[in-house]
Amino acid sequence: MSERLDVKKTYKLLVNGAFPRSESGRSYPVMSAGGDFLANVAQGSRKDLRDAVVAARSAQSKWWAASAYNRGQVLYRWAEMAESRGAELAEHVRVAEGLAAKDARASVARAIDRLVWYAGWTDKVAQVLGGANPVAGPFFNFSLPAPSGVVAVVADQDSSLEGFVECVAAPICVGNAVVAIASERRPTPAITLAEMTVTSDLPAGVLNVVSGVTSELAPHLVVHEDVDGVDLTGAGAAGDDLARRAAASIKRVYRPRDDENPLRRLRSFVETSTVWHTIGQ
Amino acid sequence: MTDLTLSSRLGALPYDPAPESATLAHLRQSYGLFVNGEFTAPESHEQFASLNPATEEPLASVAMASPLDVDRAVVAARRAYDKVWSKTTGTERAKYLFRIARLIQERARELAVVETLDNGKPIRESRDVDVPLAAAHFFYYAGWADKLEHAGFGPNPRPVGVAGQIIPWNFPLLMAAWKLAPALAAGNTCVLKPAETTPLSALVLAEILQQADLPEGVVNIVTGDGTTGAALVDHPGVDKIAFTGSTDVGRLIQERAGSAKRLTLELGGKGANIVFEDAPIDEVVEGIIDGIFFNQGHVCCAGSRLLVQESVADEVLRRLLRRVDQLRVGDPLDKNTDVGAINSSAQLDRIRELTSWGEREGATRYTSSCALPDKGYWFAPTVFADVSQSHRIAREEIFGPVLSVLTFRTPEEAVAKANNSKYGLACGVWSEKGSRTLWVAQRLRAGVIWANTYNKFDPTSPFGGVRESGFGREGGRHGLEAYLDV
Repeated sequence: MSERLDVKKTYKLLVNGAFPRSESGRSYPVMSAGGDFLANVAQGSRKDLRDAVVAARSAQSKWWAASAYNRGQVLYRWAEMAESRGAELAEHVRVAEGLAAKDARASVARAIDRLVWYAGWTDKVAQVLGGANPVAGPFFNFSLPAPSGVVAVVADQDSSLEGFVECVAAPICVGNAVVAIASERRPTPAITLAEMTVTSDLPAGVLNVVSGVTSELAPHLVVHEDVDGVDLTGAGAAGDDLARRAAASIKRVYRPRDDENPLRRLRSFVETSTVWHTIGQ
Repeated sequence: MTDLTLSSRLGALPYDPAPESATLAHLRQSYGLFVNGEFTAPESHEQFASLNPATEEPLASVAMASPLDVDRAVVAARRAYDKVWSKTTGTERAKYLFRIARLIQERARELAVVETLDNGKPIRESRDVDVPLAAAHFFYYAGWADKLEHAGFGPNPRPVGVAGQIIPWNFPLLMAAWKLAPALAAGNTCVLKPAETTPLSALVLAEILQQADLPEGVVNIVTGDGTTGAALVDHPGVDKIAFTGSTDVGRLIQERAGSAKRLTLELGGKGANIVFEDAPIDEVVEGIIDGIFFNQGHVCCAGSRLLVQESVADEVLRRLLRRVDQLRVGDPLDKNTDVGAINSSAQLDRIRELTSWGEREGATRYTSSCALPDKGYWFAPTVFADVSQSHRIAREEIFGPVLSVLTFRTPEEAVAKANNSKYGLACGVWSEKGSRTLWVAQRLRAGVIWANTYNKFDPTSPFGGVRESGFGREGGRHGLEAYLDV
């Protein structure tokens, strides 16, 4: 009886619903929290980011055109997928973050619950963030939230799954498409969760995940002219510089604060569009 | 053709002058900086003149605030925040704002004349739009001051602190109101920097704040040029910057402010005014005129790109040109004036530069035959036909009385052309068919969409842009967010 040999997985990028290796052909070794070799993960390049932005731009209009009800169901479906592979995710989180198994399972549970939370927001955002405005004149005037468009995410470096969910689910739930740079040292939980979008009816390109070296990738992504907003959660000390670069095309910039208002992430990548319509006979 | 003859005869009818009196402005010869509740001399004692753009004559001398003066103002604002305003209840803040609104109404005529003298806009507009809306903004936000916990930003929304506010020259008093009213209602203190060429109405507002007994230092007003604004943006004691102005300056401010300060930006625009074939053409023509010639086209949300459906393009253009020819251009103080003076020689140069590109790139130019005064800064209402999307006059903000006309065939094409801009501030849609209007509105990337109207403003209605037109909203419940720590 020879022992069965494991089938090891290659961790690749998620771009436009497909799993390319980086066009650069590069990969980098990812270690567990304990310092053991885990995998060679695709090391994305500037070109991969550009491809991802193109995919995101094209997917965003489709995603936003779907009904809010439908978007909620898709996100809920993603949560279902994650739940059914919860043990696998927990193992990834445990190894990546060096947690006890119990704590890793709890982290995954919280991440999935957040996905469900965001799934429920899709058809409430307009009511909570929008409204009717009683202007002094014969006009029907209403304000509706609309997505900023394409949001670049520098995902949380430490919280490999929960942090990632927070960074990507908030902009996606309000109708944006996302290009996320996964945690550099701990990318496998995010990559695994992102794989599940392909079986969740999330249109290809709504979530794109590029793994690699954050300090190499982020400066390119935040100045891309077709990116509308930037979440710098995982940018660390480079955040100030990246925020300044993002000013070149007046991008919306989100940076985490200590006393976080639970809706600020949602609001950060939502535009208010106000329509005045005449009233008359 | 009958119509044309008749109208040109009507257009040629003389109007008797109906000027408002310039003496109503009661301007002082010289103004200091409004810091800590009183007018004070700048540390450098440097003054500069604010000109009447309709005559090129100086109206008053105002102080040039240096970085040291800005520091003094920020320190005063911080002290007022810590010692007074953060301890003033919402109910009391509300009453101050109601008072200010009332005082603006009481001194409305004076303010309208000051605004028209300093800015060059027709008295009809400063009297009927700028000043009443400024009062309305204070009235609106007054009511929010003691209801912030109900505004949808959580149970105990806190102010940001000291707000630095930099405003443009196109609606000087109104922009001051847009900035100050929500900031004060939310509990912040302010350092306001008016535009270099239009500081006077803000200084009259400072007198009003004194009359309202607003605690000293709650609002400070520092006049000056770009260096004054830069000192305010860079000051470490400022928690938030609110800027209205050009996209180029907004970009610099966003770079300088980084993420150390909260920031809202109301920047440029290249608004598309979309006309479908079923829209009532007479109303459309008036809407196009309002969209581009209101305030000499010095409006960030101006409808400067007319997108007209091909089937009615000739008819719309014919009637539009006839109407343009009837616009009365001249003395801004005359109550019959439709189009006033260009605000500054620098702006006039920019308008001339960009319109010369219109001709160079092959568009067909129509210029109103109106006579222009000899002195002052003037630009005759101008329409370019045969404009293509790549022309500079279709892409760049001219900020003057210049309209570019493009055509489209299908709603999809209209939306694609309207969105083909780095800006996204405002758009207009003209159609009798509500379903189509809303279909278009859903697809336009713009912060404000006017359906069968244009350039309407109201304190309850959020205003602001997407993309390179900036971020954040002013007006309405949404406008509070910019001044709350949420």
